[in-house]
Amino acid sequence: MTTLLEVSGVSVSFDGFKAINNLSFQIAEKELRAVIGPNGAGKTTFMDIITGKTRPEEGRVIYGDRAISLLHMSESSIAQAGVGRKFQKPTVFEDQSVADNLLLALKKNRGPFSVLLFKASRDDQTRIEELASEIGLESALRRKAGELSHGQKQWLEIGMLLAQEPKLLLVDEPAAGMTPAEREHTTDILREAAKTRAVVVVEHDMEFVRRLDCRVSVLHEGSVLAEGSIDHVTQNQKVIEVYLGR
Amino acid sequence: MTDATLASGLRRQPLALRFPSVLVFLAALGLFTIAVTILSDGLGLGVISTSFIKTLGKTLCLCLVALAMDLVWGYCGILSLGHMAFFGLGGYAIGMWLMYARTELIVIESLKAAPLPATPQEISDGIAGQIFGVVGASEFPPIWAFAHSLPLQLAAVVLVPGLLALVFGWLAFRSRVTGVYLSILTQAMTLALSLHLFQNDSGLRGNNGLSGLQNLPGLDDFPQSTVSLWFFWASAIALGLGYIICAWIVSGKFGSVIRAIRDDETRVRFLGYPVEGFKLFIFTLTAVLAGIAGALYYPQAGIINPAEMAPIASIYLAVWVAIGGRGRLYGAVIGAAFVSLLSTWFTGGQAPNINLGFYTIQWVDWWIVLLGFSFVAITLFAPKGIGGLVDIFIDRKSPNRFGADLGPDPGALREQEAEK
Repeated sequence: MTTLLEVSGVSVSFDGFKAINNLSFQIAEKELRAVIGPNGAGKTTFMDIITGKTRPEEGRVIYGDRAISLLHMSESSIAQAGVGRKFQKPTVFEDQSVADNLLLALKKNRGPFSVLLFKASRDDQTRIEELASEIGLESALRRKAGELSHGQKQWLEIGMLLAQEPKLLLVDEPAAGMTPAEREHTTDILREAAKTRAVVVVEHDMEFVRRLDCRVSVLHEGSVLAEGSIDHVTQNQKVIEVYLGR
Repeated sequence: MTDATLASGLRRQPLALRFPSVLVFLAALGLFTIAVTILSDGLGLGVISTSFIKTLGKTLCLCLVALAMDLVWGYCGILSLGHMAFFGLGGYAIGMWLMYARTELIVIESLKAAPLPATPQEISDGIAGQIFGVVGASEFPPIWAFAHSLPLQLAAVVLVPGLLALVFGWLAFRSRVTGVYLSILTQAMTLALSLHLFQNDSGLRGNNGLSGLQNLPGLDDFPQSTVSLWFFWASAIALGLGYIICAWIVSGKFGSVIRAIRDDETRVRFLGYPVEGFKLFIFTLTAVLAGIAGALYYPQAGIINPAEMAPIASIYLAVWVAIGGRGRLYGAVIGAAFVSLLSTWFTGGQAPNINLGFYTIQWVDWWIVLLGFSFVAITLFAPKGIGGLVDIFIDRKSPNRFGADLGPDPGALREQEAEK
């Protein structure tokens, strides 16, 4: 399998504190990967680097089959290149309807002038209805996103990510604050998504990660401590010490 | 979900259906214009005086600039305190031609009496002396190079505010200046511009400003009562077109993107939209609208001076939009019309003073205090402004959850609340 994203030797420090320390990470084109680690391990900073929010002091971030470097691209051009990101807190546009939220995310030309002249075609409508049923919101399309429950907002955000048709999906704690049934649905959505693209899930919850049934990378103090199946990493002595042992 | 119900939300329908307030607004504006014309001094019954026609025409221009302010602030979330500066620049641009052309006619008339026909140089010197004598200069500053040409000055009405906004906006948005810092920056720009114009060597007659703008060159045969109606009509047409343009922009996907930028800029960036480009587009477009409004306003006011461009004017503009209700176009229009007409009434000495026995409230002085209190009260108790009254009328409710989830269980929907 070919590599989609290669992060090598990346370091970032904030006021002298090394948030990311010589981190290296690879993910294939169609792969589901869970990233776990204790608080302050650098999980969110890791995502910030890939999406262009934070610039690393050293290292390389190479992406895609044309092997472009993401380090000098703006957030919006990285997103346009196919990197989608879901934040910890569900951030949907509460003032707008579910359909409008999905329409915003739909993969289209993002320039101001083409947006100004944009007209939704019948295909776009169909796509939005498909997405809505995928995330279980087909009956809420006309409802304002602000009226949705917490779990539904999380799904809407995942739906918006899918609408972007990203090649790489970064998902930050998707199951936070969800009921067990909602978690199960979320697991299904993510595993389904990973069949056609690379998905990186950052998660705290071991049970959830176990259910994802995928390769796991354990971050600690800004670098990868262990990598492998969930059983492999949970038996790793160092992982037990820094993370599970406590 | 059936196709029909979804289609009403997604497909581009005629603007009037997507944005019903357009029809209501245009009908109201049309009726108002016709009614005022019939009642006017110039053509009709003479119930409304010429000076009040001018006040109404000016009010329409203020409504137009309020519309621009609503687009940039209410929809895109950029609290600009510079839009009255763009308004003033539009006024200066048209004022230069009005003053030049009229002075030219006067100078040519006065030189006719001379034994030799006047040379172009003499005429030019004569005009310059007439216009700039008051600031102790007798030559045209370079910025008057195009003042002789109406088309060029009309182009300047659009280009000068537009280019200033483009350059300023590009610098500010590119550095990701947002929120209150951006407001301060726009206010600084406004202050710098008005202080520059206050100087005698600014080329625009310092604090004297440009005057006599109500007299249209070559049209002395028409009385002010007629001219005032022309400008009133022009202002009404400009406002109507401005409303249509703004409604078209905010009702489509573009409107969706700028409202999203207002609510969560970072998220929009991660969706792949170049946020700066969208902001710059809106900032520049609204500056142009403000310039056009100013170019229609000042010929009705008759005089423009740098005090009109002081930051306080832009703050008033924000107050109008807030009182009228931001984030809805008719709100901005209602706010600007209501507050500026009320302000004319109070400060014009027509409002009866209130005698408290120990102190007499004279509204000329106290109006500004009343306005300040109203602003605070509206912000605290009725954040939707006057436009919010329409929600009561059409029975639209928005759930007010104070950040909590809807419903009995966390996460459950409370249908009756959500449905409306």
